[in-house]
Parts: sequence; structure tokens; C-alpha cells
Amino acid sequence: MKIVTRFWISLIFSLPMLLEMLLMPLTGWMLPGGQWTMLILTTVVMVISARPFIQSAVASFKKHHSNMDTLVAIGTATAYFFSIYAMFNHQAVFFESAAFVITFVLLGQVFEEKMRHNASNAIEKLVDLQAKEAEVIRNGQVIRVPITEVVKGDLLRVKPGQKIAVDGVITDGNSTIDESMVTGESMPVEKKAGDHVIGSTINSTGTFTFEAEKVGNDTMLAQIVDLVKKAQNSHAPIQNLTDKVSDVFVPVVLIIAIATFLIWYVFLGAALGQALIFAVSVVVIACPCALGLATPTALMVGTGRGAKMGILIKNGEVLEEVNDIQTVVFDKTGTITVGKPKVTDVIGDQAKIIGLAAGLETSSEHPLATAILDQAQALEINVPQVTNFKALEGRGVEAVVNGQRAFVGNQRLLTDSEINSQLKAEITRLQNEAKTVVFVGLGNEIIGLIAIQDTPKTTSKEAIAALKARGLKTVMLTGDNQHVAQAIADQVGIDEVIADVLPSDKAAHVAELKAHGKVAFVGDGINDAPALTAADVGIAMGSGTDIAIESGGIILVKNDLRDVDLALALSKKTFNRIRLNLFWAFVYNVLGIPVATGVFYTFGLILSPEFAGLAMALSSLSVVTSSVLLNKAKLSSKIVRA
Amino acid sequence: MVKMIVLIVGLLLIGFIIWWFFGKHKIDTTTAAVQHNQQTINIEVKGGYSPERVVLKKGVPAVLNFNRKDSSSCLDRVVFPDFGINQELPQNQPQTVKIDTSKPGTYQWACGMDMFHGELIIK
Repeated sequence: MKIVTRFWISLIFSLPMLLEMLLMPLTGWMLPGGQWTMLILTTVVMVISARPFIQSAVASFKKHHSNMDTLVAIGTATAYFFSIYAMFNHQAVFFESAAFVITFVLLGQVFEEKMRHNASNAIEKLVDLQAKEAEVIRNGQVIRVPITEVVKGDLLRVKPGQKIAVDGVITDGNSTIDESMVTGESMPVEKKAGDHVIGSTINSTGTFTFEAEKVGNDTMLAQIVDLVKKAQNSHAPIQNLTDKVSDVFVPVVLIIAIATFLIWYVFLGAALGQALIFAVSVVVIACPCALGLATPTALMVGTGRGAKMGILIKNGEVLEEVNDIQTVVFDKTGTITVGKPKVTDVIGDQAKIIGLAAGLETSSEHPLATAILDQAQALEINVPQVTNFKALEGRGVEAVVNGQRAFVGNQRLLTDSEINSQLKAEITRLQNEAKTVVFVGLGNEIIGLIAIQDTPKTTSKEAIAALKARGLKTVMLTGDNQHVAQAIADQVGIDEVIADVLPSDKAAHVAELKAHGKVAFVGDGINDAPALTAADVGIAMGSGTDIAIESGGIILVKNDLRDVDLALALSKKTFNRIRLNLFWAFVYNVLGIPVATGVFYTFGLILSPEFAGLAMALSSLSVVTSSVLLNKAKLSSKIVRA
Repeated sequence: MVKMIVLIVGLLLIGFIIWWFFGKHKIDTTTAAVQHNQQTINIEVKGGYSPERVVLKKGVPAVLNFNRKDSSSCLDRVVFPDFGINQELPQNQPQTVKIDTSKPGTYQWACGMDMFHGELIIK
């Protein structure tokens, strides 16, 4: 039988007794048939509504276990059977206590079931995002196939308004795409040939063709779903306490209840019925449900809400760590900055300098080389042929152009080349502007300078300010030189700069910072994996479809630094909610049990079994409600989202 | 006199509770038999799990069939935190849970409220 049905039956058969309880003191109205009617009503409740509690209690008792059903069953059965005994011996009965307790406990369970369902549906929503069908181009024909039949390498066509089926790269066409459901980014994103598209996002304006790269369980959505599932069911260390408590809780409560009975009846000389009432109240109020629900429900709602915003929190452990973070360390390139350096100034003859540099850097994959080649292309500069190409270890490259030695490289070239004083002054000026200077030379003389800069993301300054407002220390870790690093740091408001760090030393620097308190490291997750792992909390920023799930404790799907603050705010909120839930659950038991035992009897404060039942139902309900409300709770962050 | 008897019975009851719940008792353990490169264990959910400890062989695909016979809402979900599994268990409808046996170790499972526990050993 469903819990709801059991609840209604129990409510209907309890109502007459409730009516009598309320009306008798006022009007003297009594239930027709008196105790016999009560016996019949309560027997119906016990047999139909309470039987499953008793069955479950017996089954777990046989396995040397106990649970809340044990308490409910023992409490109500004691009240019921004692009342029958009392009825025939002309003593006070309390049938209504048994019936009311069952009603309230079931009421609590009905609501709790609803709320628990609400708390866990974030995952279902994510899975529902998945496209069901795709239009695949096979043998020149566009055919509709179920999504499971799409394989890697397939070409897929997407029309306006359609869902993109899987992850891939656009081969033809362009469009704007609404990625909000996966990344949380509310603005549609422009995409053209060569750009990555994410499965389950919605194409809005144009038609395009793309090649499937990741299908099935490899798609970004599938990975997010997997991650959120694991996070929602993970164990938070704070739960260890409740685990220990729940193992011993029920037997201990039973012992307290028996002791309560013995003390009242044997030592204080209370009537048998009165002593039993105290014992039953103890048993009923002590259900540890609220304790067990406190952590998992909050974890579920918190991580689910994060997933909607493009913030993936890996597990409950991370939530706890975030709470003590004192320092946030950032990688520079690609995290604080855009990660795509651009040529900003050319000192000397622009066409000649850029052309020469582009010729020398043609085959290089260094980001600075890419910037120079892009510039040459943009300005349509003729790139001369080069021969005798040679790398100058740690300094740059050289080659022969038009029969003359030419070279491009960094500051270290200055030691064996000539440079005029005018250029020297320019170098200092450019470096103070946070620009990386590339030297271009012919023969033995430096003839020009190219200034390249990786600009901070427009959102970085706001993001850093928000973290500082939280009282966190911000540090930037970079392989770049001190000049450039400091200039970027000044632009975005970073507290401390650690420059000239080799990639392999990043983790060591993070470990060093950990000596002064807990450290979070924010990086792009691909080449920062060691540092992400070394930090107390690794925050990996995603870009495109490559989310580095393994390395970070928190994964930001969007490449937006402001999400760091939101992630911290959400983690703190969730963890605080867990603590709040646990606090109330404990306080409720710690206060409720002594009151129920009758310790405060002399002050006139006692707890009847029916109120104990109501209180118990309310406590579970309030814990679950408080978790569900986490979905609506305001995040205390300075970041304002459009 | 009656009170003395009540007191003695009460104290005996307390002693029994301590022995019954806190004493050492044998745990119901089942080791899976491998058939056709597949191992299956049926777990009855009634006032807890029987068997309560399950031993699986590493690397062989495994399924656990949970059948909830208990109407208590305490047991209406089974959660394997390490595997990201949170399976609803409708009463009297056996539910299959697939276990990834690639990593040996000892894992816990629990009911939705973390009150009942079971142990999964992969070796």
C-alpha cells in the first residue's frame, strides 16, 4: 500500500479522537461508545497504517539492525497494548496517542517523499536535454537517424531551431548557438567553420554542417551527467559523524526509554501509565531521520544547482575544503588573460619587420609566433623566403634572408647584438605596458621591435575584485617575466605575482603557498593538472568541449573567471546549509529527548507522545525543505549576472 | 515487590538490547559464482540487505538484483556513492544494478537515508 493511502486511512480514523480531545475541555462532548470506539478506531489504524512499520521493524531486528521503524513500531505498539490492558483494569487509556503518532509520522513521510523527489530531479532534467535524433549526411543524402546510430566522423546537418546532436567541429556554415543549457552562458555564441559545437545545445540562426567528434558517453553532456550523479551521491566527510551516530542511535534511545520508565515507575513512584507515556515519548521523538537526510539532500540540491550554472562540484569533500580557502592562485595565460596574444605595436618599418619575423617564425607553434603570423596575414604582408634555418637555444631563431643573416627572439639576444639607444628606451616603455617584446635583427644589429600582448579577459577585473571582497588573497603564477606579469596583475588587481615559473614548478609553488593556509588553484585544466591536484581545491576552467574532469575538484564549464567567485559562493552556501541542517537535527534530538523523559516535569514541561510524533515529522520535513530551498537561496557574490 | 521484578526485567531488557545490537554477530556474506563471464547476486531488501556483504570477482561484469520486499520508505533507494549509483527500488519489482568491477577494493552501499549498510568487495 502506498504511503499516501496509509496516511489518509490513519487520518480519517484518528479524526474523531482528535475532535474529542479538542471539544471535551470546552463542551464536555464525548465520543459515543467511549473507550470501545477508541479501541476500534485505533485498531484499524494499527492494523492497516502501522503494520508496515511493525513488519519492517521485525525484519531488521532479526538482522540485528534497527531503524526509525523500530522506534515508531515499539512506541505505538506499547501505547496500544498498554491501553487495552488499562481499559480492562479501569485505568487511564491513551489509544489516541498511538493513532496520532502514526498519522503524523506518515504525514511527514508523504511530504518528505515529495521533497526528496524534487531534490533529485536535476539529473533527469540534464538527461532530457539530449537530442533524440540527428540528420546525418551519408552518401550525399541527408537522413534522420536515432542519436545512438551517430558515429565518430559522421557529418551532421543542423538547421535553425534544431538541437545539435553530439559534440563536434563545424566544417561548413556559421550560426549563433544557445549553449545556456550546458555552460550556463546566457548570451548566444557566434560559431563558424572550425569552431567546436557542444551536443544538446540549440542552433538558433544559421544552417551548418559539422563533423561528429564525440558521441555516446564521451560527449560533454554525458560527462557532466556522470559527474553530477557521482557528486550528488558522494559522501561528505561531515557525514562520518552521523554515520557513527546512526549505528548506535536507535538501541541507545531504547535503553534511555527503558531507563526513563524504570526511574519514573520504580524510583519516583509514578503511576504505571504515566511512566509508560514518558518512555513512549522518548521513543517517538528520537527518530534520527532528520539526521540522515541533512547532508545528502543539501548535497543533491547544491550540486544540481551548480550544474545548471555551468559549475560542476565534484563531491562533498570539495565543499568542505572550499570553506577554509584563504588564497586563490591563478594561472595567467588563458585564465586571467584571453590566451590569444596579439601584436599591439611595431617599432621600425612595419612591413619589413613583420615580414621578416613572419618568415622566420613560419614553422613555429609558439603562441607569440602565431600572433606574428596572424598579424602578417591581417596586413597582407609579403613573407620572404628563408634558408639555413637554425634555432638559437633559449633565445630565438635565425636564418638567411636575401643572403643576409636575420634573427628573431627575446631579450637574451641583446648580449651579442647591437641596439641603438632609441630602441632601448622603447623596450622599457613597452615592457612597462605589460607587453612582451620580440626583437628582430639583420646582420648583427637589431632593427625593430614587435610588442605582443595577451590582454586580460574583460571579466577578470570584476572576478578578482569579488574574490578580494571575500577576504581572499589573490596570487598569479606565470612563466612570463616579472615586468609583463606585474603589469597584468596591476590591471586586474592581483595581490601577489610569482613570475618566471617553469611549468613543472607550478605545483611546487602551490605547495609552498599551502604552508600559509588552504589554497585554491585556478587553471585551464589541460597543462595545469599537477598544480590543480597539488592545491586543496583545484578549479579547472573549461573551454570548448575539452573539460578536464579528472584534474579539478570544481570544473567551470564556461571560460569565465567570474564563475570562480560564484562557485565559491555556491559551495559555501551548500556547506553552510548542511551544517545548519545537522545543527537543527542534533539540537532537536538533544533537546527533545530530555524533555520527553520528563526531566522538566517539575517545571510543568512535558511532551506527550502525539506531540513528539508531530515534532518528529516536522523535523524531517524542515530539513528536506531547507535543502530544497537551497535552489532559491541568494548567493552572496559581488558578481551580477545578466 | 512488583517494582523489584519490573526493575530486574527492565535491566535484563537493556542488557539484551546491548548484546543483540552491539554484540558481534555473523554477517550474511555471498560470493558470486561466475557463469558465462557474468556474475549475478540476488539481494533481498527486507529490514536490511541479505546478503549484506557481497564478494565479486575483479574484471568480470557483475549485476546485483535488488528486490525490495519491505514497504518502509527508508529502503526505497539504494546508493553506491563510489559508483554514482542511486537506484530507486519500487516494492516487489526487482531492480538491476550494474557494477563496474575494474577496480578492486571494498565499497559501501547504503539506503537513501544512510541507515542500512551493505558492503561490496571486489577482488
